[in-house]
Amino acid sequence: MTQQSRTPLAAPGPGRRQVVGRLFGLGAAALAAPVLTACGGATAASDPKTVTFGSNGADATPKAAYAAVTEAFTAQSGLKVKTNTVDHDTFQKTITSYLQGTPDDVFTWFAGYRMQYFAKKGLCSPVDDVWEKIGDGFSEATKQLSRGADGTYYFVPLYTYPWAVFYRKSLFRERGYEVPRTWDQFVALAKRMKKDGLFPIASGYGGGDTWSVLGAFDYLNLRANGYDFHTSLMRGQVSFTDRRAARVLDLWRELTPYYQPSGGGRSWQDAAQTLLDKKSGMAVIGLFLGQQITDDAVRADIDFFPFPEVEPSHGQDTVEAPTDGFMLSRRPKNEEGAKKFLEFLGSARAEETYMRADPSNLAANEQAGTGSYNALQKKSAQLIESARHISQFADRDSDPGFVSTVLLPGLTEWLSHPDDGSATLKKIESQRSRFFTA
Amino acid sequence: MSAASSPSRLGRGDRLFLAAVIGLPLLALLVFVWLPALASIVLSFTTWDGIGLSGIHVTGIDNYRQIFTNYPPFWPAVWHNVLWLLFTALLPTPFGVFLAYQLDRKIRFTRVYQTAIFLPMVLSLAVVGFIWEIIYNPDTGLLNSLLSAAGSAHHIDWLGNPHLNLWAVLVASGWRHTGYIMILYLAGLRSFDPALKEAAALDGAGGRQTFFRIVLPALKPVNIIIVVVTVMESLRAFDIVYVLGGGTGSKPGMELLSLLITDNIIGESGHIGYGSALAVVLLLVSLAAIGTFLVQTFRKEDS
Repeated sequence: MTQQSRTPLAAPGPGRRQVVGRLFGLGAAALAAPVLTACGGATAASDPKTVTFGSNGADATPKAAYAAVTEAFTAQSGLKVKTNTVDHDTFQKTITSYLQGTPDDVFTWFAGYRMQYFAKKGLCSPVDDVWEKIGDGFSEATKQLSRGADGTYYFVPLYTYPWAVFYRKSLFRERGYEVPRTWDQFVALAKRMKKDGLFPIASGYGGGDTWSVLGAFDYLNLRANGYDFHTSLMRGQVSFTDRRAARVLDLWRELTPYYQPSGGGRSWQDAAQTLLDKKSGMAVIGLFLGQQITDDAVRADIDFFPFPEVEPSHGQDTVEAPTDGFMLSRRPKNEEGAKKFLEFLGSARAEETYMRADPSNLAANEQAGTGSYNALQKKSAQLIESARHISQFADRDSDPGFVSTVLLPGLTEWLSHPDDGSATLKKIESQRSRFFTA
Repeated sequence: MSAASSPSRLGRGDRLFLAAVIGLPLLALLVFVWLPALASIVLSFTTWDGIGLSGIHVTGIDNYRQIFTNYPPFWPAVWHNVLWLLFTALLPTPFGVFLAYQLDRKIRFTRVYQTAIFLPMVLSLAVVGFIWEIIYNPDTGLLNSLLSAAGSAHHIDWLGNPHLNLWAVLVASGWRHTGYIMILYLAGLRSFDPALKEAAALDGAGGRQTFFRIVLPALKPVNIIIVVVTVMESLRAFDIVYVLGGGTGSKPGMELLSLLITDNIIGESGHIGYGSALAVVLLLVSLAAIGTFLVQTFRKEDS
């Protein structure tokens, strides 16, 4: 250290106490800042010309699609939309505190139990008056999805997409496979594929993708035990040690030898890629699989069949078709504008605008033009139309906390060594009352 | 400056100033650390969904009873935390000390080695998680590619297999921990008087004897820091498991107390009371571990 570098210490400057005092003032200001901003946030932004919109569509495709929709709304109504986009998973995890803080006027959410839960807790506003204007565009089943347990509307749906068993047409043609309709045919086909050196069923539920196993679980339960039992099971009204629940794992165990190995460490996208590459024969997945496809020739070659029938009495009468849409927060800053925005979002025009930018979904509004639909979308629409019941998805039909902290860990652990499942079901059952008493 | 000339007498202004300088940080500590901790303890005797204060219902020790008797992931999580501590204390920590000792000798390129070993420490644990995620990927990962190149047909699901994944994570965390310990110890060794070592050598002590009899006891302050750091890192282990588990909470085979807390508190339908009870359990365990250790070391020093 040179002498020169020491000089500043000796140089006349602010005294010690002055410096400490200033630091101290800074500290106090830092401590007070959150309080002050919190006060400011509550009163600001009550501009009648602006509607705030909380969106979970952070991926490029939905983000662009929502941007197109909000622009169209601004052009039509003269109201500005301030979009606040949050990563999909983060949005979900923080939803409780988000809705209790200063949420945006309108926010994206899911139909089903998951919507009804917040409606019951009073964290969102009813939108009956919006539905008086948009009601004609929706089917009875969709209307049902948009109502809370009290029969009031809380939700404006935008799009839906079915879950099914996807495959490549050319692969089935080359190998002479036939689309199975019953469970026995399905298992036999899987067996044949394995003999042919394919992974019969693509499997990727690693990392944050554990939810993807729920599609198979839901469908097995729906096919073996029917929609009513599935709903009661997911809402915690039936014991998980019920022999009907045990049957689901028994059926699943017939299929697990044909799952692609090491699924627990693979993402669903990597698993889907093996289907596109014809390394896997089939995949139980949603229409969003389409987002993985970049080559249009491959897109035209993808097809699906409904999950096969297990019990003839239930047939293939239920389709799992999660529906996404919008809700109104409990104390919107610009209620009038927000309702206008919701009306627009429920219109055929908004649907068409959205679908143009994101073609891997189906419009919930029946009046929306389907002319731009590709073959898969058309077939999906038919599948949903023909369904007697529409289920959402396990984590939307049930308490999401129960699904993510009890059901999913239980099922993924079981999948890594599928036994008769009695221990797994007992573990799940032991936690049920903790989630479904209130 | 009007400071009083006599050090024993403090003026009114000085006293006010001192009160403010000590009082306000104390207040901040109370408000931001102890109040939340106390609130957690209070909440742990209630059930609350996190919506509105009217939703809080007192349930006594019900949460604790549930956790200890009827919560499948709890005992595995406790065991995994213990395993984490044992593993970190027995492998990466001594290895870090060993590396530091070797690097302290005047070998060539010691700077290069130091930098290389310390580099993982510069990365946050979350980033370390992302790196190892790529290594452990079942299809395209480095590890399975090497194995298949070596002729093994086995496809190992490092992060998916509940019997393997904890070890996979421990290796990743150890990779980083080694560098941390090395740099801490190296700093200690640099301040170590080489004359002591020379004296030991003159007295005929071998390399190992010098280390265990001379260097290790002389570096007691650094040793304490290393033990505290190791225990703390093991108890608060969270981020790397969270990232390698896909960022959705605890996964079979990788449950940790810290993850169970967030499982129950963060999420759509939170169980704040239940999660708080878990947090209190972790708090008690941490206090016991750190407390015992500190009391022991300081008692020895006093006597």
